[in-house]
Amino acid sequence: MNTPLLQVNNLTRHFRMRTGLLRRSTEVLRAVDGVSFEVGRGRTFALVGESGCGKSTLGRTILRLHEPTAGRVMLDGVDITALGPAALKRQRKHMQMIFQDPHASLSPRRTVGRILDEPLALHGYGTKDRRRQRVLELLDIVGLASATRHRYPHEFSGGQRQRIGIARALAVEPKLIVADEAVSALDVSVQSQILNLLGELQSEFGLSFVFISHDLAVVQHISHVVGVMYLGKLVETAPVDRIYDAPAHPYTRALLDAVPVAEPGRRDKRLVLTGEVPSPLTPPPGCPFHTRCPLAMSVCRSRVPRTIEIGQHGRPHQVSCHLHDPEIGH
Amino acid sequence: MSEALLEVDHLSVDFSTDAGRVRPVDDVSFSIRPGRTLGIVGESGCGKSITGLALMGLLPQPAGCVVSGSVRLAGAELTAMTERELRGLRGAEMAMIFQDPTTALNPVYTVGAQITAVLRRHERLSRRSARKSAIDMLAQVGIPAPDRRIDDYPHALSGGMRQRAMIAMALACRPKLLIADEPTTALDVTTQAEVLRQIKRLQQELGTAVILITHNMGVVAETCDEALVMYCGQMIEQAPTGSLFEAPRHRYTQALIATIPRIRQKKLDRLPVVPGKVPDLAELPPGCRFAPRCTFADEICSTAQPALESMGSSRAACFHPAGVDPADGNAPPQT
Repeated sequence: MNTPLLQVNNLTRHFRMRTGLLRRSTEVLRAVDGVSFEVGRGRTFALVGESGCGKSTLGRTILRLHEPTAGRVMLDGVDITALGPAALKRQRKHMQMIFQDPHASLSPRRTVGRILDEPLALHGYGTKDRRRQRVLELLDIVGLASATRHRYPHEFSGGQRQRIGIARALAVEPKLIVADEAVSALDVSVQSQILNLLGELQSEFGLSFVFISHDLAVVQHISHVVGVMYLGKLVETAPVDRIYDAPAHPYTRALLDAVPVAEPGRRDKRLVLTGEVPSPLTPPPGCPFHTRCPLAMSVCRSRVPRTIEIGQHGRPHQVSCHLHDPEIGH
Repeated sequence: MSEALLEVDHLSVDFSTDAGRVRPVDDVSFSIRPGRTLGIVGESGCGKSITGLALMGLLPQPAGCVVSGSVRLAGAELTAMTERELRGLRGAEMAMIFQDPTTALNPVYTVGAQITAVLRRHERLSRRSARKSAIDMLAQVGIPAPDRRIDDYPHALSGGMRQRAMIAMALACRPKLLIADEPTTALDVTTQAEVLRQIKRLQQELGTAVILITHNMGVVAETCDEALVMYCGQMIEQAPTGSLFEAPRHRYTQALIATIPRIRQKKLDRLPVVPGKVPDLAELPPGCRFAPRCTFADEICSTAQPALESMGSSRAACFHPAGVDPADGNAPPQT
């Protein structure tokens, strides 16, 4: 009975890239490379990492907006990866997405009412009257006046547009919402309004979120479990308090240390990263992070680290780093 | 105490828009000394970027114009200068870097060509010594293998490297003033930390005064000596960074600091919020512009505009500043 809502197992998404002067040679870009995690009902799993780490591709592959190259996604006992087109379309009402830029993801030529009605009509929500009722209900849920249904997206501020995006995702009563940088484009004062709204919706409707973000401060307040991605792989997965209080992977530590703190003069010892994320087309051998890791050992250059369970008191905490591997002599 | 390098007095900028004339910068005054960093902070639309463009004489034409006030750089009045005179200063005495280096760099010229162009124009260097200086500059901003990178086109560089190249170009002629408009907003946190460190290091070496325009209070706390908070085109508070964060006086500053999601702070069930949204510049409230969103506002706030009042080394424009009103204590904004 207590199976997690979402189980992602060894999910992989590769892109074939044509490279070279004449675009004749192909190389494989491992955007998502063997990722596994679970999201419980009513829980939020946050995916963090630098740009290009594959977090957005992972989010889209879970919803099969990208076809997975390998691996499995189970949503509430249904194998999403094995569904045919018609069955997948029926499943879509259980899993929705919120995008970073509501400007680009809402049609400028449709009124808010029509934007919200579209998913309802598509998934056969009922009569026109019933759907109109639902649109009003949705506007109320996200805190917009009912008269706004006659207006167009450009008439709204960024925060309000994001509320419309959220209402659209909620329309068909999904179980899972993948939010890709949902608050990144908003000003801080508006950002917290939207984060609070997402929190309320979660407790009211028992929603599960996959919350993709580069902002670690935001992630801390909204998530239960955090996964840190680097070059297509999850390098650390742990309950939110463990990630922030006792980060195990050097990359997680460096990411946390790089966040500017709004307390002048508070500059303690930090793990500072130099260099750039290597190209995912030619990932380094061994541990993908060793080229930037201040703690790298010689084994890191040759051997890919295993995923090690270091959790205590029944709270899972996985890390892929030789520093935590008892079999590697330090 | 050394003399101010830049003095801005009662600067106002008007813009013609479809909704009529608006004033995105309204009576802004501040000064900055050599080697210091001033942060201009606020939400989008507060006028912080327009202020930066106005100082550089780069307001979009013909929509925007400086309607009053003065800007003096090392004693010279910039608002009275011709475009030709300004061109002699930009790049040499003052320089600007932008949020998005992709659009600020010319895609059809190599990075080297763009940096040497600045050097050759302002410093009258030979082709050869300009190239040498450019390689030097690229090395200083932390670009690996600068003697090869100099011949790369902007698209071949990553976002962080491009922003470094921009900084190298801006600082090539050792300007006295650098205006950095959201220089790290498009970058990852790890790269952001690196780029901010490089700006800081070069500033110390060259004695450049830096105006850092940002929406990120964390960046202000870590890099600025002093900060100026803007709201709807007006400066509402200015203070040394330390006191701004410890004891913000304006209710907006207070709310802004309270709403920052902080890392490694106790997890909250609800984040504090500033209710409502920033008003449209064409439909400004009559009194204090923050009054409609302020939990401390009363009658006077919605009828009269508060003036900037000094207290110690800081200034704030608020009828009910924090720490002064006996009624309040230091209540956080409503949640």
